[in-house]
Amino acid sequence: MSQGALQQAHEDVHKTQPWNNPDTVPFIRFENVTKKFGDFYAVDDVSLDIYRHELFALLGGSGCGKTTLLRMLAGFEEPTSGKIFIDGVDMAGVPPYERPTNMMFQSYALFPHMSVEQNVAFGLHQDGLPKSEIRTLVSDMLALVQMSKFATRKPHQLSGGQRQRVALARSLVKNPKVLLLDEPLGALDKKLREQTQFELVNIQEKVGTTFVMVTHDQEEAMTMASRISVMNDGVIKQTGTPFELYEYPNSRFTANFVGQVNLIEGVLVDDDEKYAIIRSDDADCDIYIDHAVQGHQGMTFWIAIRPERVRLITEKPEDTKYNCLSGKVEEIGYLGGLSTYHVRLDSGIRIKVTEPNSTRQIEPRYTWDDRVWATWESGAASVLSQ
Amino acid sequence: MSGKRSTFLLTMLVFGFAFLYVPILLVIIYSFNEGKLVTVWSGFSFKWYVSLFSNDGMIDAAWNSLRIGVMSATLALAIGTPAGLVMSRFGRFKSRTLFSGMVAAPLVMPEVITGLSLLLLFVTLEQLVGWPAGRGVTTIVIAHTTFCAAYVAVVVQSRLTGMDTSVEEAAMDLGAKPAKIFFVITLPMILPALMAGWLLSFTLSLDDLVIASFVAGPGSTTLPMKVFSSVRLGVSPEINALATLIILAVTILILISSLLILRSEKMRSRTIDPATIDD
Ligand SMILES: Nc1ncnc2c1ncn2[C@@H]1O[C@H](COP(=O)(O)OP(=O)(O)OP(=O)(O)O)[C@@H](O)[C@H]1O
Ligand SMILES: [Mg+2]
Repeated sequence: MSQGALQQAHEDVHKTQPWNNPDTVPFIRFENVTKKFGDFYAVDDVSLDIYRHELFALLGGSGCGKTTLLRMLAGFEEPTSGKIFIDGVDMAGVPPYERPTNMMFQSYALFPHMSVEQNVAFGLHQDGLPKSEIRTLVSDMLALVQMSKFATRKPHQLSGGQRQRVALARSLVKNPKVLLLDEPLGALDKKLREQTQFELVNIQEKVGTTFVMVTHDQEEAMTMASRISVMNDGVIKQTGTPFELYEYPNSRFTANFVGQVNLIEGVLVDDDEKYAIIRSDDADCDIYIDHAVQGHQGMTFWIAIRPERVRLITEKPEDTKYNCLSGKVEEIGYLGGLSTYHVRLDSGIRIKVTEPNSTRQIEPRYTWDDRVWATWESGAASVLSQ
Repeated sequence: MSGKRSTFLLTMLVFGFAFLYVPILLVIIYSFNEGKLVTVWSGFSFKWYVSLFSNDGMIDAAWNSLRIGVMSATLALAIGTPAGLVMSRFGRFKSRTLFSGMVAAPLVMPEVITGLSLLLLFVTLEQLVGWPAGRGVTTIVIAHTTFCAAYVAVVVQSRLTGMDTSVEEAAMDLGAKPAKIFFVITLPMILPALMAGWLLSFTLSLDDLVIASFVAGPGSTTLPMKVFSSVRLGVSPEINALATLIILAVTILILISSLLILRSEKMRSRTIDPATIDD
């Protein structure tokens, strides 16, 4: 594919959103995939579609089955039940060395007795390509990851970040249909990590390969991925674009896992076509939702409000009919660009509020034990039923 | 208090080392003794080394020992490596514990029993199939191979167990088939362990007196057997010279094999743990 066509393909992925188009054929398809180790369900009935040119992220806490899902795609584990398709082909029984996937391992797994060059060339030798072609491909790939200078070094003579690049080059050079990355940046320090995130996205856009990435860092997933699946205990809780996950979480788990959130429990007391009212023991007044909710009166709901969408005021608001909480400032975190406040409500629960410090202040706006009121726009909160 | 304790520890250390090394030191010193009496110093000379090298019996025995050592170490490597591989890489199969136990058994079996049972085996085999015909270098090599292979298996197993399996998975992911992976990836990575295993086997074979005595035949006297029998007739200073040479050889071999192991450990810890940044 030419550079222009690739660029186009990428824009298409974001613009046309193939996942919203029922006519697009998914590139990778998990169909009710379950993986058991003994009696333990590491992956439990996962169905998932991933499209061409996506940079797809599997996000979840430790032990939730992300690596297992990836290893089933690579062929190192066979599903206990269910099917996996790559580009329309059923992968059952296809060994790793015959799959159109390549994997970048969490530990990098470089061959310690081979030089950088030999590591990268290994996969091409297996395909029996002519020597001259291998040489060109390897040097192009090393240039892409900026490792040409280190071509003759052995892995133990490289820094962590350099090894990571070699591992990437080695898995990319075979031009797989799908590149699998297991916590590709896990071993890097924060600064190098952020820098590499963008490099990785750039490289993905240059080569156009479909990337499936595992990470437990939600910020990393948000920065890099076109779509994210949030996993917990072997189950996919929600799949969506970073925007969808942050703005429209479908459960308390996702709301908590992707970004920070304040959760207030309450019951539905009034339900209309245009609005809903929820009453909570924690709030001083009723909570107004500017859309209808699916449910009946008396049902328990959770209101999820992002800390940056909450406003703090020192005076009691004039209109206390809807959406107000009151409490005492318990903790203040001054982070320069923004401040975070923990407010202990009278009912005992604690909410987080972040405020940008957009103007220079003579002294901090609030101090410990100040009495404050918190309010928000009716559209800022999401209502969760689970 | 701590001063007292460290004096005590230091004394123990000195005694310990003296206990281990003074006898060896004495042998080395007396190998350069001019006189015939082993225990009386009468001047420096190389004469016992000269007479050692003109002692044909001794030279033949040394040659036997070397040949046997090289052959059994090589055979042990060929047999022990796959065993170690099976123990560390084939997951948990049904009779794995039994298999590992049986592989390690020759390490703890009293030599007399190993020797005797092998002798019985060889005699029976000769009666049944006519091979090995009589006892000699062949039977000693077979005997040494059995217990050296156990050492090699254990060395290889411990090396592989510490090795990240993802390196082999990566090779498979890049298109290599299992047999190729073994020769191109696994084998080179455990090469230092294999060399150490070979050297260890060679040293053990060179060392062995008991088992060799059971299964040796005419014309296959090994160096330890020769030394043992000549010492029974009275200690000649020649033996001191021989001992000094053996000590030298063994020291060098052990040094090389521990260097090899050390180097491979270092390489492994640096490559496998991506967090170590060494620029
Ligand atoms: N070979 C195995 N045998 C038994 N249990 C296993 C095996 N591999 C994984 N598991 C279990 O399956 C679960 C999921 O493991 P997995 O490696 O997929 O987690 P993960 O989401 O990648 O976690 P992490 O972020 O810590 O890497 C874990 O509880 C783990 O203990
Ligand atoms: Mg993992």
